[in-house]
Amino acid sequence: MLNKLTIKQAHQGLIDKKFSSLELTEDCLSEIKKRNKKINAFISIDSDLALEKAKEADKKIGQGVEIGVLEGIPLAIKDNILIEGIKTTAGSKILENYIAPYDATVIKKLKNAGAIFLGKTNMDEFAMGSSTENSYFGPTKNPRDLERVPGGSSGGSAAAVAANFCLGALGSDTGGSIRQPASFCGIVGFKPTYGCVSRYGLMAMASSLDQIGPLTKNVEDAEILFHEIKGRDGKDSTSIELNSKLEIKNKFKVQGIKIGIPKEYFIKGMDKEVEETLKKAIKKFENLGAKIEKVSLPHTDYALACYYIIMPSEVSSNLARYDGIKYGYSAKEKIKDLLDVYLRSREKGFGDEARRRIMLGTYSLSSGYYEAYYLQAQKIRALIKKDFVQVFNKVDCLIAPTSPTIAFKIGEKIDDPLKMYLSDIFTISANLAGLPAISLPCGLVNNLPAGLQIIGNQFEDEKVLAIADIYERSE
Amino acid sequence: MLTIQIVEYIAKLARLGLNKKEKEKFGEQLSKILDFVEQLQKVEVKNIEPIAQITGLENRERIDEVEQFAGEKKLLDLAPDTDNGYFKIKTVF
Repeated sequence: MLNKLTIKQAHQGLIDKKFSSLELTEDCLSEIKKRNKKINAFISIDSDLALEKAKEADKKIGQGVEIGVLEGIPLAIKDNILIEGIKTTAGSKILENYIAPYDATVIKKLKNAGAIFLGKTNMDEFAMGSSTENSYFGPTKNPRDLERVPGGSSGGSAAAVAANFCLGALGSDTGGSIRQPASFCGIVGFKPTYGCVSRYGLMAMASSLDQIGPLTKNVEDAEILFHEIKGRDGKDSTSIELNSKLEIKNKFKVQGIKIGIPKEYFIKGMDKEVEETLKKAIKKFENLGAKIEKVSLPHTDYALACYYIIMPSEVSSNLARYDGIKYGYSAKEKIKDLLDVYLRSREKGFGDEARRRIMLGTYSLSSGYYEAYYLQAQKIRALIKKDFVQVFNKVDCLIAPTSPTIAFKIGEKIDDPLKMYLSDIFTISANLAGLPAISLPCGLVNNLPAGLQIIGNQFEDEKVLAIADIYERSE
Repeated sequence: MLTIQIVEYIAKLARLGLNKKEKEKFGEQLSKILDFVEQLQKVEVKNIEPIAQITGLENRERIDEVEQFAGEKKLLDLAPDTDNGYFKIKTVF
Protein backbone atom coordinates (compact mmCIF):
# COMPACT_ATOMS: atom_id res chain seq x y z
CA MET A 1 0.00 0.00 0.00
CA LEU A 2 3.05 2.27 -0.01
CA ASN A 3 2.09 3.27 -3.56
CA LYS A 4 -0.73 5.37 -2.10
CA LEU A 5 1.67 7.75 -0.39
CA THR A 6 2.44 11.23 -1.63
CA ILE A 7 6.01 12.07 -2.67
CA LYS A 8 6.54 14.04 0.53
CA GLN A 9 5.20 11.25 2.74
CA ALA A 10 7.29 8.62 0.96
CA HIS A 11 10.41 10.77 1.30
CA GLN A 12 9.79 11.06 5.04
CA GLY A 13 9.32 7.30 5.29
CA LEU A 14 12.56 6.67 3.41
CA ILE A 15 14.67 8.94 5.61
CA ASP A 16 13.04 7.55 8.76
CA LYS A 17 13.87 4.08 7.39
CA LYS A 18 10.26 2.95 7.86
CA PHE A 19 10.46 1.25 4.47
CA SER A 20 12.89 0.99 1.57
CA SER A 21 12.70 2.40 -1.94
CA LEU A 22 12.63 -1.20 -3.13
CA GLU A 23 9.46 -1.90 -1.13
CA LEU A 24 7.93 1.33 -2.37
CA THR A 25 8.76 0.52 -5.99
CA GLU A 26 7.55 -3.06 -5.62
CA ASP A 27 4.20 -1.84 -4.31
CA CYS A 28 3.80 0.43 -7.35
CA LEU A 29 4.73 -2.38 -9.73
CA SER A 30 2.36 -4.84 -8.10
CA GLU A 31 -0.50 -2.34 -8.35
CA ILE A 32 0.37 -1.83 -12.03
CA LYS A 33 0.38 -5.58 -12.56
CA LYS A 34 -2.99 -5.88 -10.89
CA ARG A 35 -4.86 -3.07 -12.64
CA ASN A 36 -3.02 -1.68 -15.64
CA LYS A 37 -4.51 -4.23 -18.03
CA LYS A 38 -7.90 -2.67 -17.48
CA ILE A 39 -6.79 0.97 -17.26
CA ASN A 40 -4.06 0.92 -19.93
CA ALA A 41 -2.19 3.84 -18.41
CA PHE A 42 1.21 2.63 -19.61
CA ILE A 43 2.57 2.02 -23.08
CA SER A 44 5.72 0.45 -21.67
CA ILE A 45 6.85 -0.65 -18.21
CA ASP A 46 10.45 -1.27 -17.20
CA SER A 47 10.30 -3.19 -13.90
CA ASP A 48 13.89 -4.47 -13.93
CA LEU A 49 15.44 -1.05 -14.38
CA ALA A 50 13.10 0.47 -11.78
CA LEU A 51 13.99 -2.18 -9.19
CA GLU A 52 17.68 -1.81 -9.90
CA LYS A 53 17.47 1.97 -9.38
CA ALA A 54 15.48 1.45 -6.18
CA LYS A 55 18.27 -0.76 -4.81
CA GLU A 56 20.80 1.95 -5.65
CA ALA A 57 18.72 4.50 -3.73
CA ASP A 58 18.48 2.15 -0.74
CA LYS A 59 22.23 1.66 -0.78
CA LYS A 60 22.71 5.43 -0.55
CA ILE A 61 20.22 5.69 2.30
CA GLY A 62 21.90 2.75 4.05
CA GLN A 63 25.25 4.48 3.83
CA GLY A 64 23.78 7.50 5.56
CA VAL A 65 24.09 9.79 2.54
CA GLU A 66 21.76 12.75 2.80
CA ILE A 67 19.11 12.28 0.11
CA GLY A 68 17.02 14.72 -1.90
CA VAL A 69 13.24 14.62 -1.84
CA LEU A 70 12.98 12.62 -5.10
CA GLU A 71 15.66 10.03 -4.30
CA GLY A 72 14.13 6.57 -4.65
CA ILE A 73 10.68 7.94 -5.61
CA PRO A 74 8.89 6.00 -8.41
CA LEU A 75 7.45 8.22 -11.16
CA ALA A 76 5.74 7.75 -14.53
CA ILE A 77 6.70 9.73 -17.64
CA LYS A 78 4.49 10.69 -20.58
CA ASP A 79 5.63 8.86 -23.69
CA ASN A 80 6.57 12.00 -25.61
CA ILE A 81 9.47 12.73 -23.23
CA LEU A 82 12.77 11.05 -24.13
CA ILE A 83 14.57 8.69 -21.74
CA GLU A 84 17.79 7.44 -23.29
CA GLY A 85 17.67 3.79 -24.35
CA ILE A 86 13.93 3.51 -23.66
CA LYS A 87 11.21 3.13 -26.27
CA THR A 88 9.45 6.47 -26.80
CA THR A 89 6.42 6.34 -29.08
CA ALA A 90 4.33 9.50 -28.49
CA GLY A 91 1.36 7.13 -28.83
CA SER A 92 2.02 6.82 -32.56
CA LYS A 93 2.52 3.92 -34.91
CA ILE A 94 5.14 5.96 -36.74
CA LEU A 95 7.39 5.73 -33.63
CA GLU A 96 6.33 2.26 -32.51
CA ASN A 97 9.95 1.06 -32.36
CA TYR A 98 11.75 4.32 -31.66
CA ILE A 99 14.44 4.08 -28.97
CA ALA A 100 15.33 7.49 -27.55
CA PRO A 101 19.01 8.25 -28.26
CA TYR A 102 19.35 10.83 -25.48
CA ASP A 103 17.72 12.12 -22.28
CA ALA A 104 15.34 15.06 -22.23
CA THR A 105 16.61 17.82 -19.94
CA VAL A 106 13.82 17.13 -17.44
CA ILE A 107 14.83 13.46 -17.38
CA LYS A 108 18.48 14.35 -16.82
CA LYS A 109 17.40 16.49 -13.88
CA LEU A 110 15.16 13.80 -12.41
CA LYS A 111 17.90 11.18 -12.83
CA ASN A 112 20.33 13.45 -10.98
CA ALA A 113 17.73 13.79 -8.25
CA GLY A 114 17.60 9.98 -7.94
CA ALA A 115 14.01 9.51 -9.14
CA ILE A 116 12.92 6.12 -10.48
CA PHE A 117 11.06 5.70 -13.77
CA LEU A 118 8.47 2.93 -13.76
CA GLY A 119 7.47 3.34 -17.38
CA LYS A 120 6.07 5.51 -20.13
CA THR A 121 2.45 6.57 -20.06
CA ASN A 122 -0.20 6.44 -22.73
CA MET A 123 -1.30 9.57 -24.57
CA ASP A 124 -3.16 10.87 -27.58
CA GLU A 125 -0.92 10.54 -30.62
CA PHE A 126 1.71 13.30 -30.46
CA ALA A 127 -0.36 14.87 -27.65
CA MET A 128 -3.24 15.65 -30.01
CA GLY A 129 -6.49 15.02 -28.25
CA SER A 130 -8.53 15.54 -25.12
CA SER A 131 -9.39 11.96 -24.21
CA THR A 132 -6.37 9.66 -24.82
CA GLU A 133 -8.55 7.81 -27.35
CA ASN A 134 -6.23 8.86 -30.18
CA SER A 135 -3.45 6.50 -29.07
CA TYR A 136 -2.19 3.81 -31.42
CA PHE A 137 -1.90 1.64 -28.29
CA GLY A 138 -5.59 1.82 -27.38
CA PRO A 139 -7.46 4.22 -25.11
CA THR A 140 -6.68 4.73 -21.43
CA LYS A 141 -9.64 4.32 -19.07
CA ASN A 142 -10.49 6.61 -16.20
CA PRO A 143 -9.59 4.71 -12.98
CA ARG A 144 -12.68 6.16 -11.29
CA ASP A 145 -15.04 4.84 -13.97
CA LEU A 146 -13.68 2.47 -16.59
CA GLU A 147 -16.35 3.47 -19.11
CA ARG A 148 -15.11 7.02 -19.14
CA VAL A 149 -12.08 8.78 -20.60
CA PRO A 150 -9.29 10.01 -18.32
CA GLY A 151 -9.04 13.21 -20.37
CA GLY A 152 -6.06 13.99 -22.51
CA SER A 153 -3.64 14.18 -23.91
CA SER A 154 -1.69 13.27 -20.74
CA GLY A 155 -4.43 10.77 -19.86
CA GLY A 156 -2.01 7.94 -19.12
CA SER A 157 -0.04 10.05 -16.64
CA ALA A 158 -3.23 11.29 -14.94
CA ALA A 159 -4.69 7.78 -14.73
CA ALA A 160 -1.39 6.37 -13.40
CA VAL A 161 -1.35 8.91 -10.56
CA ALA A 162 -5.08 8.51 -9.80
CA ALA A 163 -4.76 4.69 -9.76
CA ASN A 164 -1.73 4.89 -7.43
CA PHE A 165 0.51 3.20 -10.00
CA CYS A 166 3.16 5.80 -9.19
CA LEU A 167 3.73 8.67 -6.79
CA GLY A 168 3.75 11.37 -9.44
CA ALA A 169 4.12 11.84 -13.17
CA LEU A 170 5.22 14.22 -15.88
CA GLY A 171 2.94 15.32 -18.69
CA SER A 172 2.92 18.02 -21.33
CA ASP A 173 0.36 20.76 -21.85
CA THR A 174 -0.20 22.51 -25.18
CA GLY A 175 -3.86 23.47 -24.78
CA GLY A 176 -4.81 21.86 -21.47
CA SER A 177 -3.25 18.42 -21.75
CA ILE A 178 -2.06 18.36 -18.13
CA ARG A 179 -4.91 20.24 -16.47
CA GLN A 180 -7.94 18.68 -18.18
CA PRO A 181 -6.93 15.04 -17.45
CA ALA A 182 -5.97 16.05 -13.89
CA SER A 183 -9.48 17.44 -13.53
CA PHE A 184 -11.14 14.31 -14.99
CA CYS A 185 -9.10 11.97 -12.77
CA GLY A 186 -9.38 14.01 -9.56
CA ILE A 187 -5.70 14.87 -9.12
CA VAL A 188 -3.47 17.95 -9.35
CA GLY A 189 -1.95 19.07 -12.66
CA PHE A 190 0.27 22.11 -13.12
CA LYS A 191 1.25 23.89 -16.33
CA PRO A 192 4.09 26.31 -15.61
CA THR A 193 4.72 29.65 -17.36
CA TYR A 194 5.83 29.04 -20.94
CA GLY A 195 9.58 28.45 -20.92
CA CYS A 196 10.03 27.76 -17.20
CA VAL A 197 10.73 24.11 -17.96
CA SER A 198 13.05 23.13 -20.80
CA ARG A 199 11.37 21.46 -23.77
CA TYR A 200 14.60 19.80 -24.92
CA GLY A 201 13.76 16.13 -25.44
CA LEU A 202 10.01 16.71 -25.49
CA MET A 203 8.64 15.70 -28.88
CA ALA A 204 7.49 18.96 -30.38
CA MET A 205 3.83 19.43 -31.15
CA ALA A 206 3.22 23.20 -31.13
CA SER A 207 6.46 24.75 -29.95
CA SER A 208 5.13 28.19 -28.98
CA LEU A 209 2.58 26.54 -26.66
CA ASP A 210 4.13 23.25 -25.40
CA GLN A 211 5.17 23.04 -21.76
CA ILE A 212 6.15 20.13 -19.51
CA GLY A 213 4.65 19.95 -16.04
CA PRO A 214 3.81 17.65 -13.11
CA LEU A 215 0.70 15.56 -12.35
CA THR A 216 0.51 14.65 -8.68
CA LYS A 217 -1.68 13.66 -5.75
CA ASN A 218 -1.49 17.07 -4.12
CA VAL A 219 -0.21 20.60 -4.64
CA GLU A 220 2.85 20.12 -2.44
CA ASP A 221 4.07 17.29 -4.66
CA ALA A 222 3.45 19.35 -7.81
CA GLU A 223 5.67 22.00 -6.30
CA ILE A 224 8.37 19.45 -5.48
CA LEU A 225 8.47 18.12 -9.04
CA PHE A 226 8.26 21.59 -10.57
CA HIS A 227 11.22 22.82 -8.55
CA GLU A 228 13.25 19.85 -9.65
CA ILE A 229 12.61 20.22 -13.41
CA LYS A 230 12.48 23.99 -13.92
CA GLY A 231 15.28 26.26 -15.09
CA ARG A 232 17.04 27.81 -18.04
CA ASP A 233 18.59 25.32 -20.42
CA GLY A 234 21.11 26.07 -23.13
CA LYS A 235 19.43 23.45 -25.29
CA ASP A 236 16.08 25.26 -25.34
CA SER A 237 16.45 28.89 -26.39
CA THR A 238 12.93 29.72 -25.18
CA SER A 239 13.65 28.51 -21.65
CA ILE A 240 13.91 31.00 -18.80
CA GLU A 241 15.11 31.06 -15.22
CA LEU A 242 12.28 31.74 -12.84
CA ASN A 243 13.39 33.77 -9.86
CA SER A 244 12.10 31.52 -7.15
CA LYS A 245 10.86 33.33 -4.09
CA LEU A 246 10.10 30.46 -1.81
CA GLU A 247 10.50 32.55 1.32
CA ILE A 248 7.39 34.44 0.22
CA LYS A 249 5.48 31.21 0.08
CA ASN A 250 5.96 30.41 3.74
CA LYS A 251 4.53 33.76 4.74
CA PHE A 252 1.95 33.81 1.96
CA LYS A 253 -1.64 34.35 3.01
CA VAL A 254 -4.77 34.27 0.93
CA GLN A 255 -6.20 36.88 3.26
CA GLY A 256 -6.48 40.18 1.42
CA ILE A 257 -5.48 38.89 -2.03
CA LYS A 258 -7.69 39.71 -4.98
CA ILE A 259 -9.12 36.88 -7.02
CA GLY A 260 -10.70 37.60 -10.36
CA ILE A 261 -13.66 35.65 -11.70
CA PRO A 262 -13.68 36.06 -15.50
CA LYS A 263 -17.31 36.32 -16.50
CA GLU A 264 -16.61 34.79 -19.92
CA TYR A 265 -15.78 31.47 -18.22
CA PHE A 266 -19.21 31.06 -16.69
CA ILE A 267 -21.23 30.54 -19.80
CA LYS A 268 -23.92 28.43 -21.35
CA GLY A 269 -22.81 24.93 -22.16
CA MET A 270 -21.17 24.54 -18.80
CA ASP A 271 -22.47 21.68 -16.72
CA LYS A 272 -24.71 23.15 -14.00
CA GLU A 273 -23.35 20.91 -11.29
CA VAL A 274 -19.75 21.65 -12.25
CA GLU A 275 -20.63 25.33 -11.92
CA GLU A 276 -22.01 24.65 -8.44
CA THR A 277 -18.73 23.07 -7.29
CA LEU A 278 -16.90 26.14 -8.61
CA LYS A 279 -19.19 28.47 -6.71
CA LYS A 280 -18.46 26.54 -3.52
CA ALA A 281 -14.73 26.88 -4.19
CA ILE A 282 -15.11 30.63 -4.67
CA LYS A 283 -17.05 30.81 -1.39
CA LYS A 284 -14.21 29.01 0.33
CA PHE A 285 -11.70 31.55 -0.91
CA GLU A 286 -13.98 34.29 0.41
CA ASN A 287 -14.04 32.58 3.79
CA LEU A 288 -10.25 32.49 3.70
CA GLY A 289 -10.29 36.25 3.39
CA ALA A 290 -9.76 36.73 -0.34
CA LYS A 291 -11.51 39.55 -2.16
CA ILE A 292 -13.51 38.25 -5.09
CA GLU A 293 -13.86 40.51 -8.08
CA LYS A 294 -15.73 40.01 -11.35
CA VAL A 295 -13.43 40.69 -14.29
CA SER A 296 -13.68 40.49 -18.05
CA LEU A 297 -11.38 38.94 -20.67
CA PRO A 298 -13.20 40.19 -23.76
CA HIS A 299 -11.37 38.08 -26.37
CA THR A 300 -12.00 34.76 -24.60
CA ASP A 301 -14.62 33.79 -27.17
CA TYR A 302 -11.96 33.79 -29.89
CA ALA A 303 -9.35 31.77 -28.00
CA LEU A 304 -10.43 28.34 -29.23
CA ALA A 305 -10.56 29.39 -32.90
CA CYS A 306 -7.24 31.21 -32.53
CA TYR A 307 -5.70 28.07 -31.01
CA TYR A 308 -7.01 25.88 -33.83
CA ILE A 309 -5.06 27.99 -36.33
CA ILE A 310 -1.80 28.49 -34.43
CA MET A 311 -1.47 24.97 -33.02
CA PRO A 312 -2.07 23.03 -36.30
CA SER A 313 0.22 25.41 -38.18
CA GLU A 314 3.06 24.55 -35.80
CA VAL A 315 2.05 20.88 -35.88
CA SER A 316 2.28 20.73 -39.66
CA SER A 317 5.79 22.11 -39.48
CA ASN A 318 6.98 20.02 -36.51
CA LEU A 319 5.61 16.74 -37.81
CA ALA A 320 7.28 17.18 -41.18
CA ARG A 321 10.32 15.47 -39.61
CA TYR A 322 8.53 12.10 -39.64
CA ASP A 323 9.43 11.18 -43.19
CA GLY A 324 10.22 7.47 -43.07
CA ILE A 325 13.91 8.13 -43.65
CA LYS A 326 15.72 9.21 -40.49
CA TYR A 327 13.74 7.12 -38.01
CA GLY A 328 10.36 5.60 -37.40
CA TYR A 329 7.97 3.67 -39.59
CA SER A 330 8.95 3.48 -43.25
CA ALA A 331 6.51 2.01 -45.77
CA LYS A 332 8.02 -0.79 -47.85
CA GLU A 333 5.20 -1.86 -50.16
CA LYS A 334 4.38 -0.31 -53.53
CA ILE A 335 7.23 2.16 -53.27
CA LYS A 336 8.66 3.50 -56.52
CA ASP A 337 10.50 6.61 -55.49
CA LEU A 338 11.30 8.99 -52.65
CA LEU A 339 7.93 10.78 -52.81
CA ASP A 340 6.17 7.44 -52.32
CA VAL A 341 8.22 6.85 -49.16
CA TYR A 342 6.95 10.15 -47.72
CA LEU A 343 3.34 9.68 -48.80
CA ARG A 344 2.88 6.06 -47.77
CA SER A 345 4.91 6.23 -44.51
CA ARG A 346 2.91 9.22 -43.32
CA GLU A 347 -0.38 7.74 -44.53
CA LYS A 348 0.12 4.51 -42.61
CA GLY A 349 2.16 5.90 -39.71
CA PHE A 350 -0.11 8.75 -38.55
CA GLY A 351 -3.59 8.39 -37.11
CA ASP A 352 -6.61 10.47 -38.14
CA GLU A 353 -6.24 13.35 -35.69
CA ALA A 354 -2.56 13.87 -36.53
CA ARG A 355 -3.38 13.94 -40.25
CA ARG A 356 -6.33 16.29 -39.73
CA ARG A 357 -4.15 18.77 -37.86
CA ILE A 358 -1.28 18.50 -40.33
CA MET A 359 -3.67 19.30 -43.17
CA LEU A 360 -5.37 22.11 -41.28
CA GLY A 361 -1.99 23.68 -40.54
CA THR A 362 -0.73 23.20 -44.06
CA TYR A 363 -3.86 24.92 -45.33
CA SER A 364 -3.53 27.88 -42.90
CA LEU A 365 0.09 28.40 -43.88
CA SER A 366 -0.32 27.93 -47.61
CA SER A 367 0.08 30.73 -50.08
CA GLY A 368 -2.99 32.94 -50.23
CA TYR A 369 -4.29 31.89 -46.83
CA TYR A 370 -1.38 32.76 -44.54
CA GLU A 371 -2.50 36.33 -43.84
CA ALA A 372 -6.17 35.53 -43.40
CA TYR A 373 -5.51 32.65 -41.04
CA TYR A 374 -2.09 32.40 -39.40
CA LEU A 375 -1.23 36.10 -39.23
CA GLN A 376 -4.74 37.01 -38.11
CA ALA A 377 -4.57 34.37 -35.37
CA GLN A 378 -1.21 35.70 -34.16
CA LYS A 379 -2.71 39.17 -33.85
CA ILE A 380 -5.66 37.81 -31.91
CA ARG A 381 -3.19 35.97 -29.71
CA ALA A 382 -1.68 39.40 -28.91
CA LEU A 383 -5.14 40.68 -27.97
CA ILE A 384 -5.76 37.68 -25.72
CA LYS A 385 -2.46 38.30 -23.95
CA LYS A 386 -3.35 41.97 -23.56
CA ASP A 387 -6.64 41.03 -21.87
CA PHE A 388 -4.68 39.09 -19.25
CA VAL A 389 -2.04 41.79 -18.76
CA GLN A 390 -4.81 44.29 -18.00
CA VAL A 391 -6.65 41.97 -15.63
CA PHE A 392 -3.47 41.08 -13.71
CA ASN A 393 -2.95 44.76 -13.00
CA LYS A 394 -6.01 44.45 -10.80
CA VAL A 395 -6.03 40.91 -9.37
CA ASP A 396 -3.52 38.35 -8.05
CA CYS A 397 -4.98 35.37 -9.85
CA LEU A 398 -8.02 34.13 -11.74
CA ILE A 399 -10.33 31.29 -10.88
CA ALA A 400 -12.19 29.31 -13.51
CA PRO A 401 -13.39 25.78 -14.14
CA THR A 402 -10.76 23.50 -15.70
CA SER A 403 -13.31 21.83 -17.94
CA PRO A 404 -16.99 22.58 -18.59
CA THR A 405 -17.88 18.96 -17.79
CA ILE A 406 -16.79 15.93 -15.78
CA ALA A 407 -15.13 12.99 -17.60
CA PHE A 408 -17.21 11.96 -20.60
CA LYS A 409 -17.90 8.46 -21.90
CA ILE A 410 -15.40 6.67 -24.12
CA GLY A 411 -16.53 7.06 -27.75
CA GLU A 412 -18.84 9.97 -26.99
CA LYS A 413 -16.90 12.62 -28.92
CA ILE A 414 -14.38 10.73 -31.01
CA ASP A 415 -16.28 11.06 -34.31
CA ASP A 416 -16.86 14.79 -33.99
CA PRO A 417 -13.51 16.63 -33.87
CA LEU A 418 -15.06 20.02 -33.20
CA LYS A 419 -17.04 18.73 -30.23
CA MET A 420 -13.84 17.20 -28.85
CA TYR A 421 -11.99 20.49 -29.30
CA LEU A 422 -14.56 22.25 -27.12
CA SER A 423 -13.32 20.18 -24.13
CA ASP A 424 -10.33 22.52 -23.99
CA ILE A 425 -12.28 25.76 -24.04
CA PHE A 426 -11.24 26.85 -20.51
CA THR A 427 -7.61 25.73 -20.66
CA ILE A 428 -6.20 26.99 -23.96
CA SER A 429 -6.11 30.71 -23.09
CA ALA A 430 -3.39 30.07 -20.51
CA ASN A 431 -1.26 28.45 -23.25
CA LEU A 432 -1.92 31.22 -25.75
CA ALA A 433 -0.90 33.82 -23.15
CA GLY A 434 1.96 31.71 -21.72
CA LEU A 435 0.53 31.77 -18.18
CA PRO A 436 1.00 29.38 -15.25
CA ALA A 437 -2.19 27.49 -14.38
CA ILE A 438 -3.05 24.64 -12.05
CA SER A 439 -6.03 22.29 -11.84
CA LEU A 440 -7.00 20.82 -8.50
CA PRO A 441 -10.02 18.80 -7.37
CA CYS A 442 -12.92 20.89 -6.05
CA GLY A 443 -15.69 18.41 -5.48
CA LEU A 444 -17.62 15.56 -7.03
CA VAL A 445 -20.45 15.55 -9.55
CA ASN A 446 -22.22 12.19 -9.80
CA ASN A 447 -19.26 10.73 -7.92
CA LEU A 448 -16.80 11.99 -10.52
CA PRO A 449 -14.28 14.77 -9.90
CA ALA A 450 -14.61 18.35 -11.09
CA GLY A 451 -11.58 20.63 -11.40
CA LEU A 452 -10.83 24.12 -10.18
CA GLN A 453 -8.36 26.09 -12.25
CA ILE A 454 -6.17 28.84 -10.82
CA ILE A 455 -4.47 30.99 -13.46
CA GLY A 456 -1.67 33.38 -12.56
CA ASN A 457 0.33 36.10 -14.26
CA GLN A 458 3.42 35.19 -16.28
CA PHE A 459 6.34 34.14 -14.02
CA GLU A 460 4.12 34.04 -10.93
CA ASP A 461 4.18 30.24 -10.77
CA GLU A 462 5.07 30.27 -7.07
CA LYS A 463 2.06 32.41 -6.25
CA VAL A 464 -0.29 30.10 -8.14
CA LEU A 465 1.13 27.09 -6.29
CA ALA A 466 0.91 28.88 -2.93
CA ILE A 467 -2.75 29.84 -3.46
CA ALA A 468 -3.60 26.30 -4.58
CA ASP A 469 -1.75 24.85 -1.59
CA ILE A 470 -3.68 26.99 0.89
CA TYR A 471 -6.98 26.07 -0.75
CA GLU A 472 -6.14 22.38 -0.59
CA ARG A 473 -5.01 22.45 3.04
CA SER A 474 -8.14 24.22 4.18
CA GLU A 475 -10.40 21.34 3.11
CA MET B 1 -16.85 23.33 -48.26
CA LEU B 2 -13.42 22.12 -49.30
CA THR B 3 -13.51 20.42 -52.68
CA ILE B 4 -11.76 17.10 -53.25
CA GLN B 5 -9.26 18.98 -55.41
CA ILE B 6 -8.30 21.28 -52.55
CA VAL B 7 -8.02 18.33 -50.13
CA GLU B 8 -5.75 16.60 -52.61
CA TYR B 9 -3.69 19.74 -53.02
CA ILE B 10 -3.21 20.20 -49.25
CA ALA B 11 -2.41 16.51 -48.79
CA LYS B 12 0.23 16.79 -51.49
CA LEU B 13 1.78 19.85 -49.87
CA ALA B 14 1.80 18.01 -46.54
CA ARG B 15 3.20 14.82 -48.11
CA LEU B 16 0.29 12.80 -46.77
CA GLY B 17 -1.15 9.86 -48.65
CA LEU B 18 -4.96 9.62 -48.46
CA ASN B 19 -7.39 7.11 -49.94
CA LYS B 20 -10.62 8.15 -51.63
CA LYS B 21 -12.79 7.62 -48.57
CA GLU B 22 -10.41 9.60 -46.40
CA LYS B 23 -10.39 12.50 -48.85
CA GLU B 24 -14.16 12.78 -48.48
CA LYS B 25 -14.12 12.36 -44.69
CA PHE B 26 -11.30 14.84 -44.11
CA GLY B 27 -12.80 17.28 -46.60
CA GLU B 28 -16.00 17.35 -44.61
CA GLN B 29 -14.35 17.54 -41.18
CA LEU B 30 -11.84 20.20 -42.21
CA SER B 31 -14.62 22.30 -43.75
CA LYS B 32 -16.48 22.27 -40.43
CA ILE B 33 -13.36 23.33 -38.53
CA LEU B 34 -12.61 26.08 -41.06
CA ASP B 35 -16.19 27.34 -40.73
CA PHE B 36 -15.65 27.49 -36.99
CA VAL B 37 -12.38 29.46 -37.19
CA GLU B 38 -13.95 31.85 -39.70
CA GLN B 39 -15.17 33.93 -36.72
CA LEU B 40 -11.61 35.25 -36.34
CA GLN B 41 -12.16 37.42 -39.40
CA LYS B 42 -14.62 39.51 -37.38
CA VAL B 43 -11.99 40.67 -34.89
CA GLU B 44 -10.61 44.18 -35.36
CA VAL B 45 -6.81 43.89 -35.45
CA LYS B 46 -5.79 47.27 -36.83
CA ASN B 47 -2.39 48.36 -35.45
CA ILE B 48 -1.98 45.09 -33.53
CA GLU B 49 1.44 43.46 -33.79
CA PRO B 50 1.28 39.67 -34.24
CA ILE B 51 2.77 37.66 -31.38
CA ALA B 52 4.98 34.61 -31.85
CA GLN B 53 7.09 34.53 -28.67
CA ILE B 54 4.81 34.86 -25.70
CA THR B 55 7.29 35.71 -22.93
CA GLY B 56 8.90 38.44 -25.02
CA LEU B 57 12.35 36.93 -25.54
CA GLU B 58 14.45 38.25 -28.40
CA ASN B 59 17.74 37.21 -29.95
CA ARG B 60 18.96 34.72 -27.41
CA GLU B 61 22.57 34.23 -28.28
CA ARG B 62 25.10 31.68 -27.20
CA ILE B 63 28.70 30.96 -27.97
CA ASP B 64 28.89 29.18 -31.32
CA GLU B 65 30.90 26.14 -30.33
CA VAL B 66 30.77 22.76 -32.00
CA GLU B 67 29.91 19.99 -29.59
CA GLN B 68 30.39 16.45 -30.83
CA PHE B 69 27.30 14.28 -30.23
CA ALA B 70 28.51 10.96 -28.90
CA GLY B 71 25.51 8.94 -30.01
CA GLU B 72 26.07 9.05 -33.77
CA LYS B 73 25.78 5.29 -34.16
CA LYS B 74 22.57 5.24 -32.12
CA LEU B 75 21.04 7.78 -34.48
CA LEU B 76 21.98 5.81 -37.57
CA ASP B 77 20.69 2.61 -35.99
CA LEU B 78 17.23 4.21 -35.84
CA ALA B 79 17.11 4.72 -39.60
CA PRO B 80 15.18 2.23 -41.73
CA ASP B 81 18.05 1.99 -44.21
CA THR B 82 21.69 3.07 -44.06
CA ASP B 83 24.85 2.48 -46.03
CA ASN B 84 28.34 3.03 -44.71
CA GLY B 85 27.32 5.68 -42.18
CA TYR B 86 24.86 7.42 -44.48
CA PHE B 87 21.07 7.44 -44.64
CA LYS B 88 19.98 5.51 -47.69
CA ILE B 89 16.95 6.71 -49.61
CA LYS B 90 14.94 5.70 -52.66
CA THR B 91 15.61 7.25 -56.02
CA VAL B 92 14.23 10.78 -56.31
CA PHE B 93 12.84 10.25 -59.83
